[in-house]
Amino acid sequence: MGPKKHERELIKMAYRGLAKKVLEKESIKIGDRIRVERDDISYEGMLLDRPEDADDKHLVLKLDNGYNIGVEIEEATIELLEEGSRPKIKFPPVDVERNPQLPDISIISTGGTVASIIDYQTGAVHPAFTADDLLRANPELLDIANIRGKAIFNILSENMLPEYWVEAAHAIAKEIEDGAWGVVVAHGTDTMHYTAAALSFILKTPVPVILTGAQRSSDRPSSDAHLNLISSVVAAKSDIAEVMVCMHASIDDKSCHLHLGTKVRKMHTSRRDTFKSINTTPIAEIKDNKIRILRKDYKKRGLEELRVRDKIEPRVALIKTYPGINPEIIEYYIDKNYKGIVIEGTGLGHCPENLIPAIERANEMEIIVAMASQCINGRVNMNVYSTGRRLLRAGVIPVADMLPETAYVKLVWALGQSNDPETVKRLMLKNIAGEIEDRSSLRHFQG
Amino acid sequence: MDWDKIGLKTGLEIHQQLDSKGKLFCPCNCELTDEEPEYNIVRRLRPTQSELGKIDRAAFEEAKRKLKFYYQAYSDHTCLVEADEEPPHPINSEALEIAVTIALLLNMKVVDEFHTMRKQVIDGSNTGGFQRTGLVATEGYVETPHGRVKIENLCLEEDAARRIEEREDGIVFRLDRLGIPLVEITTDPSIKDPIQLKDVAYQIGQILRSTKVKRGIGTIRQDLNISIKDGARVEVKGVQDLNKIPEIVKREVQRQLKLLEIRERLKKRKAKVEDKIYDVKEIFNDTKSKIIKSAESVLAIKLEGFAGLIGVELQPNRRLGTELADYAKKRGVTGIFHTDELPAYGISRKEVENLIQHMQASENDAIIIIADEKSKAEAALGEVISRARMALEGVPEETRKALEDGNTSYLRPLPTASRMYVETDIPPFKIGSNMIKRLKKELPELPSEKKERIKREYDLSEDLASQLVRKGLAEDFEKLAKLNVENTLIASLLAYTLQELKRESHNIENLKLKDIIGALRLLEDGKISKDALRDIIAYMADKKVEPLKAAKELDLLLLTREEVERIIQGIMEEKEELIKERQMAAMGPLMGEAMKKLRGKADGQLVNQILKEKIKKKLTSLE
Ligand SMILES: [Zn+2]
Repeated sequence: MGPKKHERELIKMAYRGLAKKVLEKESIKIGDRIRVERDDISYEGMLLDRPEDADDKHLVLKLDNGYNIGVEIEEATIELLEEGSRPKIKFPPVDVERNPQLPDISIISTGGTVASIIDYQTGAVHPAFTADDLLRANPELLDIANIRGKAIFNILSENMLPEYWVEAAHAIAKEIEDGAWGVVVAHGTDTMHYTAAALSFILKTPVPVILTGAQRSSDRPSSDAHLNLISSVVAAKSDIAEVMVCMHASIDDKSCHLHLGTKVRKMHTSRRDTFKSINTTPIAEIKDNKIRILRKDYKKRGLEELRVRDKIEPRVALIKTYPGINPEIIEYYIDKNYKGIVIEGTGLGHCPENLIPAIERANEMEIIVAMASQCINGRVNMNVYSTGRRLLRAGVIPVADMLPETAYVKLVWALGQSNDPETVKRLMLKNIAGEIEDRSSLRHFQG
Repeated sequence: MDWDKIGLKTGLEIHQQLDSKGKLFCPCNCELTDEEPEYNIVRRLRPTQSELGKIDRAAFEEAKRKLKFYYQAYSDHTCLVEADEEPPHPINSEALEIAVTIALLLNMKVVDEFHTMRKQVIDGSNTGGFQRTGLVATEGYVETPHGRVKIENLCLEEDAARRIEEREDGIVFRLDRLGIPLVEITTDPSIKDPIQLKDVAYQIGQILRSTKVKRGIGTIRQDLNISIKDGARVEVKGVQDLNKIPEIVKREVQRQLKLLEIRERLKKRKAKVEDKIYDVKEIFNDTKSKIIKSAESVLAIKLEGFAGLIGVELQPNRRLGTELADYAKKRGVTGIFHTDELPAYGISRKEVENLIQHMQASENDAIIIIADEKSKAEAALGEVISRARMALEGVPEETRKALEDGNTSYLRPLPTASRMYVETDIPPFKIGSNMIKRLKKELPELPSEKKERIKREYDLSEDLASQLVRKGLAEDFEKLAKLNVENTLIASLLAYTLQELKRESHNIENLKLKDIIGALRLLEDGKISKDALRDIIAYMADKKVEPLKAAKELDLLLLTREEVERIIQGIMEEKEELIKERQMAAMGPLMGEAMKKLRGKADGQLVNQILKEKIKKKLTSLE
């Protein structure tokens, strides 16, 4: 099965306007060898594609010395020298015999490019999806597992939807049913922690399910993808039957951390070690393909029966409060018939008083309102100040030390599990997948 | 040598750091630092797979080494961009403007739109595994005394990280240099005379110095492209001294000619290089060679028909054996020997004989021995085998390193061209005709023009004018020349006196332009003499004091006419007898006496004048 849903392109490429007209007139296509002549200068090279957001008055040429340049075409003559033959991306299949000594690990791709191939002739970067692609880019994988590859989506992770979480869960379950000893999910990093939380609630899994990705794209030699992927496969072979995120532990290419799917958050826009366990300790560290357990309270392989609890309710909003917030934001969701709202409040779990009437109204409409904190670190406690107490009276559920994103995902899931508001509230306050811990350790905030 | 007959072709690649505020893709400081690094980041690089299945030769070479890299980083001096932890910021437009200015001075055609590319470099010198570079201009030229030389390309790129040391488990780099903008200027590779090559380098250097570029050691680097007929293209990296260029070319030509000669001799002998690696540890069980004795394994290969040729000198003190060793050393081995140089180094004649027998070598064959860890020694012999095979073909295409003495040593294979792809994190930058027009208006004066102008305007000698321009002192000179002081005096003060003082270990670096202006003002106001200037400036530099204070403390302030007259009067009274005796001829000795007391404090001419008058008067009164 090939990738589906939105074609994934980091930068959209296309000629438009004047450039498009000129190219069409001369019947020139991408990859053709052309000459552009103007005043006292003439350039020869291969026509390349151009970012769609750039202007329409330049053509991009790859010169024979390998450099790309933009050539203005308004007063230029353009001549086709030679039609280009686009080299087909085709490799001979990787001929690997299954090694019966090694476990079968499935790698499911959702669009996070943990492997890619560069066409140096055109400079284009092609994401690699199939098991063959992965193995060509990371032949070391063969030493640690038999790899099965499958692409289920091809999307940028910011375009993820709750419906896709369910689809991904089914795809993972299918791999497990088909005998996978562990499953690795390649995922864009932006929303990886949402998907990790969602899979944690939806799936009951007897084997490890590992989400991984790359902060530096896999087309560059310095990509973190390789260590992340290898470490993920090592994690997938372990006895930790949890949904986890496996990414760089520091900015060194030295080790990865395994984070529990409900307690992990992307904390930096660009660093390799962007994913951090919040209010808890990572489950394990993986270094030199060896796993070192950091906490013992994880579910062991084989204990759970595989189950997919796939009912969800996507009509849930996540709202961050701030000084000056307009209560109409909440009214809007009430009027749009939303079933749940997670408020990312300030401090211990507060919001401006002027939101309270709207929250009361939501409660009357049996909309579940949960409170997490925008401090990210720490736990909410709504008994300390009067605003907190008023919010509790208005029916707000304080979700302890749960991350706001996890609370949002959990509410999407919990509302799918039951129509009864009291049951949903009870579910929200009960630890289902490690998302709530009772104790706050001094260890968990580095300041 | 008859360069034409040899078919010599040379070209230049000049790398010059620009003096912009901030790096090419981040706002960090462009100065290097010697402070202790605050972070040591550990990284590994992997070559990315090319769609065409063609793995770049140079990239593959580095990949084989599987080395770890350590990057020294700082909180304030470097940022996440250098550490490859943040995408590049938009391109530094000041650097781009400097590059365009240089292109215009080199009569080049500037591209309409600048595209940043990634050039794959996985030797660790770039944290990303590629160097960012872009083409700014093409098709320019410079004039030399031997005719016009074409400039092919000018690229704007980021400098690499600074290599600090090579450790057992990886190479250590410092991130301070990574990202400093530099231009790469490539000439047409068809320069046929080593002297012209040097002249072109000099001309381009002079043009660069008229723009906003960095000065000093390591801010400009010259690479040479050298080839001869039937030889191969060789790139020589890191030429520091332009005057060495002709010698380097001469020695490279010599090396290539020798290699071609060796090829012919190998052909005649039907030389062969076999793949077989022999374990010869046993032969050396009782050896006196410490290196061999202590090595985990001792491996050898046989080069059939190479006997005597390994020791052939290619360049002064560099033999074919040195070339083989260069390749082996890329695998980190040090204990390498060949039979052309044995017995020696503690290896006995008997051991050599046993070795030859064990490997069934004939007298025509050479044997190479490497003593090291088994895997290292094997890999190193693999390199030797492939280099020895190249000897059968003649001259390999290589990147070589310029050595102090004019020789070169092997660095890596010549990179193939197909390792560039676009940097997707940076949008194209439109240069546009308005920017070109503006920069054309602001073009700096070229050094040759500047020299002619100051020579004319200030009536300086050819030597002084060219010294000022060459040493980058013309601007300072023009500021100082506004004072009412002789131009030649100012010019020689800047061009020569200051350097002399420096050589005499005065702390000239303490002096600012305003200090020199201050000292010259004293001269302008008649408070000091020309002769005193040098001492006053030296004193100011050493003691960090104001000019007037220096003059006072040195007792070099000019005396008033009355004071001078008084002193001379005193001398005359003392020497009255002499005057009576020698009449006007006493002038000489008395002048000497006077200057002893007045040197630096009174103008010699004035002393002379007063003395003459006074003696005359005295003699008249005596009559
Ligand atoms: Zn920086």
